[in-house]
Amino acid sequence: MRKAIAILLLAIVGYYFINVFIHMPFGEKREGVGKYYLENTLKETGAVNVITAIVVSYRGFDTLGEVTVLFLAATGLGAILFGKRGEKRRLQGASVIVKTTSMMLYPMVVLLGAYVFVHGHLTPGGGFQGGAIIATGVLLMFMSYRHFNASHKLLTWVESLAGLTFATLGLAGLALGQTFLQNFLPLGVPNDLVSAGIIPIIYIAVGFKVGAELTGVLDNMLKTIR
Amino acid sequence: MLYYIGAISLILIGMYAVLTKKNLLKIVIGLSIIDSGVNLLFISVGYVKDATAPIFSMPSLTADKMVDPVPQALVLTAIVIGLATTAVALGLVIRLYDHHKTLNINKIRQLKW
Repeated sequence: MRKAIAILLLAIVGYYFINVFIHMPFGEKREGVGKYYLENTLKETGAVNVITAIVVSYRGFDTLGEVTVLFLAATGLGAILFGKRGEKRRLQGASVIVKTTSMMLYPMVVLLGAYVFVHGHLTPGGGFQGGAIIATGVLLMFMSYRHFNASHKLLTWVESLAGLTFATLGLAGLALGQTFLQNFLPLGVPNDLVSAGIIPIIYIAVGFKVGAELTGVLDNMLKTIR
Repeated sequence: MLYYIGAISLILIGMYAVLTKKNLLKIVIGLSIIDSGVNLLFISVGYVKDATAPIFSMPSLTADKMVDPVPQALVLTAIVIGLATTAVALGLVIRLYDHHKTLNINKIRQLKW
């Protein structure tokens, strides 16, 4: 009965979805804000990756809010799971092969994450992706070593300093230019590592922050098993 | 067009899971399937035929041969927020399991519909 109602409901929702999207042009060129970004990003921000320029420069304030949402989610998860005693469960330790391999892979995964967020304005990638990769490396260690511990003090410091860097750069833009998060550093030559003004600095800060936050989330989750 | 249909089917599959499944973990999985469906839908709205990613890594790439960057930037945001909400949802599930010792929503009395 309930399944029938659900299917009926979904059929109605799907019908209206299809009805809307059948009128949307697919794969055609579009005018408007996307075109403006594509044509002017290189001149205005010096960043080669248009998406990075949008996320960090044009919509930088929005990204600050997004980082805040991520921080709130991590803190909220910590609050939800606060005081939970680890459940007694017999966990089998990982085998020697897994342990050795993850010990060898861990620095490389962290290096890859750092590469991805340092080159956020040049290649597909950026702070969020790089931070997620670093957290994956830490997850690998969590899974193979049962007593691998992330230092909470270090995580908090990294997170706070990264967030502070982001906000300070925004305020510096306000002080040295006209608007919050204005690009006040020289733009440099496109496709150079040091180019695009404050964009790489902000993305490195975001990378550190996201990496620390996701590591904290993983730590909170895994704390519930002993 | 096929991209739209695929993304919409993903959203509907996720909604079906959320509506009919009894296991809380499966409901969370359904939510993240909806999430991926919405992200795919956004990306396919920005698709332009025969165009590449909006990155000027080579001088031969020009602005009129690139896909719309705005949906991609928005989806970058949406993925991160989706991850955060999934983490919080899983935390709540862990707490509910602690309290009721079951994941079946029919046995958790306050959650009936």
